[in-house]
Amino acid sequence: MNSSRCAACKHLRRRCPSDCIFSPYFPSNNPRRFAYVHKIYGASNVGKILQDLPANCRAEAADSLYYEAYCRIKDPVYGCVGMITILHQEIYNVQCQLARVQAEIAALSSNQSESEEPQQQYQQVEVAPNFILQPEQNGLLNSTSFYDLSTLFD
Amino acid sequence: MKSQEPRSSSSCAACKFLKRRCTPNCQFAPYFRSDEPKKFAKVHKVFGASNVSKILNGVPEQQREDTVNSLVYEAEVRLHDPVYGCIGAIASLQQKMVELQHDLILARARLACYVDQQYSSSIYDDQYVNMDPLSGIQEGNNGLVDNFNHNSLDFDQFSQFPFP
Repeated sequence: MNSSRCAACKHLRRRCPSDCIFSPYFPSNNPRRFAYVHKIYGASNVGKILQDLPANCRAEAADSLYYEAYCRIKDPVYGCVGMITILHQEIYNVQCQLARVQAEIAALSSNQSESEEPQQQYQQVEVAPNFILQPEQNGLLNSTSFYDLSTLFD
Repeated sequence: MKSQEPRSSSSCAACKFLKRRCTPNCQFAPYFRSDEPKKFAKVHKVFGASNVSKILNGVPEQQREDTVNSLVYEAEVRLHDPVYGCIGAIASLQQKMVELQHDLILARARLACYVDQQYSSSIYDDQYVNMDPLSGIQEGNNGLVDNFNHNSLDFDQFSQFPFP
């Protein structure tokens, strides 16, 4: 009987019923998984969240709860929201870069169309130094922050 | 003496929700004002009062406001998406980053083509000022660009993003 208890019921020191809501998602061979989730959310809240979901979504919900609990334990102040903050900032930075390049393209495109009309006077326009093309920067960002969540765990 | 202390009028949102007396040194009172009942309700639903209290006790006092804000945000996202919560948000943002970086690479390649074309045409056209290769790159727009829209992700529908 004892050997068939899931990690949750072992942690909670109770009998594991055949219809235990936790047992499919918190196997006994990974006690830390439930321990983290219980520490942050509590068994009762986790059980309610899982119960309220269709059965085919519960595995993913249990995984995401575990990831978030892990992030919160590692960073009690920001948890996984810290990652979201960083990603928002990096997206904004890339959007700024993209806008600059698109502006350069628009400007060069209009210059070229002016050059096709030979009578027009060439107009030299100053531009902020930011727009100087840096050919070496045609790769990805130097600091990509891709959070491969599978690497978060031991 | 104790009976003379005010009761419900000064209760924080947490103590009102939990239907208990709000003490002067209530742990929740600085972060869950009585005029924001939903904030505590969300956090309580996802994490539970006891767990929130333990988390707050585990961080320095000067970081507790940020901790509460992140917990509220996480709870909101989890209530909105009970399956994936914030992990879904992270996955979406990562996908958007991939798309933007791809667009940036394409745009830079296109810009390089324009620069090549302009340089090639300037060599053979005496009408224009003789430019060195780099100066052709410097000419263009006459100001910074404000014509891009700040990213508006679906997550704008949640309470204000906790961390500017």
